[in-house]
Amino acid sequence: MDETKRYERLLTRLKDGDINRRTFLTVLGAAGVTAGITGGPMGMLARNALAATPEQVRFDGWGGVVSEAFEKYAFAPYTEKTGIKVVSGTFGGADEYIARVKAGQPGEFNLAHLSGVFDYARYHGLELTSELNEANIPNLKNVIPGLIEPLRKITGGTISAVPYDYGTTGIAYNRKYISDDEAKAKGAKLMVDEAYKGKIGGWGEWKTRVWYGALQSDQEPNAIKDIDAVWDMIRAHRDLALKYWSSGAELMSLLAEEEIYVTEGWSGRIKALQDQGHDIGYHDPKGGLGWQECLFVLRGSPMAACEELLNFMLEPEVAIAVAEGQSYPPALDPQKVELGKVIPTLPAFDPSGTLKELSFFDPAYWNENEADWSKTFSRVQRGY
Amino acid sequence: MAADVAGARRTPWVLLSPSLATISLLLIVPMMFIVVYSFWLRTATGADQVGFYLDNWVEALGDRFYRDILFQTFAIAFYTTVICALVGYIPAYFVANTPMKSKTFLLLMLMLPFWISYIIRTMSWINILGTSGALNTLMLSLGIIDEPIQMLYNQTTVVLGLVHYLLPFMILNVYVSLDGIDKNLTEAAQSLGCTGWQAFREVTLPLSFPGLAAGSLLCFVLAAGTYITPIVLGGPRDAMFANLVFEAIVTQLNWPLGSALSLVLLALLGALVVIYTRYLGVDQIAKSFK
Repeated sequence: MDETKRYERLLTRLKDGDINRRTFLTVLGAAGVTAGITGGPMGMLARNALAATPEQVRFDGWGGVVSEAFEKYAFAPYTEKTGIKVVSGTFGGADEYIARVKAGQPGEFNLAHLSGVFDYARYHGLELTSELNEANIPNLKNVIPGLIEPLRKITGGTISAVPYDYGTTGIAYNRKYISDDEAKAKGAKLMVDEAYKGKIGGWGEWKTRVWYGALQSDQEPNAIKDIDAVWDMIRAHRDLALKYWSSGAELMSLLAEEEIYVTEGWSGRIKALQDQGHDIGYHDPKGGLGWQECLFVLRGSPMAACEELLNFMLEPEVAIAVAEGQSYPPALDPQKVELGKVIPTLPAFDPSGTLKELSFFDPAYWNENEADWSKTFSRVQRGY
Repeated sequence: MAADVAGARRTPWVLLSPSLATISLLLIVPMMFIVVYSFWLRTATGADQVGFYLDNWVEALGDRFYRDILFQTFAIAFYTTVICALVGYIPAYFVANTPMKSKTFLLLMLMLPFWISYIIRTMSWINILGTSGALNTLMLSLGIIDEPIQMLYNQTTVVLGLVHYLLPFMILNVYVSLDGIDKNLTEAAQSLGCTGWQAFREVTLPLSFPGLAAGSLLCFVLAAGTYITPIVLGGPRDAMFANLVFEAIVTQLNWPLGSALSLVLLALLGALVVIYTRYLGVDQIAKSFK
């Protein structure tokens, strides 16, 4: 029955005296309340999730070019080799995914491509970590030690994930309007430059906003002394910004369409834009934000199958192919593995394998302040 | 005889039981979970502390921030509803007064947007109003403007997106009402000396009020509960109350507070429905149906 018929029948019942006008309006209103509220955030949390079986593992990632690279270079060959099917899902953000996992049952979700180290600590706090048998992942020896150690520190010596790639959140700018010299000279403060009012963007995620607010107020992001100065900078940025973006696709669209001239951006996504021919510059300012991504195994997963998949994905040829596909350097140590010609050209690549030039979120510090700062950011964003 | 009466009384309940069970399972029970959640607390690790705490309710009801965003939400929903009513009445009137064959086609056209995802429809405005969107490109090529106008990512575009989404609901409600009006009444009014405009104002418009009222209520409630449109078409400051619920549950992983906030919105919109039907005189206006 279509909507018109429903309305007509309801109206007919009203006219026939089967229901009174109050009931008529109440029914319509109640339908609206139900659709408007329960169909919103709660509906998103109720998405179907495929349960894992011994013949398959579920993998969730960021979608887009990243998932395409995983599917093409890792999952298909893995299934062909082992017969274990990888059921692939996507999420829009780490927060969304953790909410889904929290709502699910142990074993419902198995592997995920998560941001380390902050999220790794969050999952540990929620008792969602597993314990990998490293003997089953011999390729782990090729991974940059500096990326594994922070994970070990959180989970008391064991690991629940293997580092897979890394990148930076630097400053992306349209070279038609902003020169490389200006971007380098102004650094993070370019995004609070009134000259670009209405043409500035930013990731609407509290951690990144606080990190850049700290840089803009000349503070060390992992040891902020004056948080009020940070909020003031976030307010200044908010008032100059046209849009807070919420996904890599939106970031790329805003820059490519010239809706904005400057924003922070993810190194791999900016490389993808450059490869498409857009004249977008990229600069990691002093104290710029580095991050690693890991392949995380959730508690309750079929460990042997997951470990086999992780080892397969860390095979140099697989990891390099995925890295080239998603434009983020792999977590493989360049001092141990020959990474080919393309990887050294990717933004954020560190040939030394030490990553000492990059700054990462200190998970203990940021987790300690998460509840307070995420809530405050929600208010500051709305004009407070 | 008594058994027959008892059986007859049972029959409606037996017939209704699948629907009642479904509603209970999919609506009432989850709602109860949300009520229970709202009295729990979020711990520092993101885990929930089970118990009976009023903290979330104190925050949801006492914090000015939530009140302000609620007011902003209702203001946006109100503007949207008024625009939908003004813009939607004309096509509804046109459809209702069209011969039956064309009417079916027009109603089908009205349903067409529902075949496309609401998110896609909302995002289509980016291609229309964007710096390199259709409108700016057209105006630039016609020499009306020298450089693109910034039209996106503000409260106006949020209202525009909501009107786009909700207009069919308004048109359908008004159409149903207009279609039920006896055409002889208008003709009778005109035969007694009314002009066409007077006949519309004195006869058609009052008789179509129930549809307008129902459409307005539906549009308002749906607009007040939306969260996608501000995310896609709004700027940094533009948010509606459902966005705060989303943030509490998803970003802050604070399900207890998110539950309390969602119940506040539910209660307010539910109360609005009750007030609307009881005190705004819709019953009086609708008496002309008798």
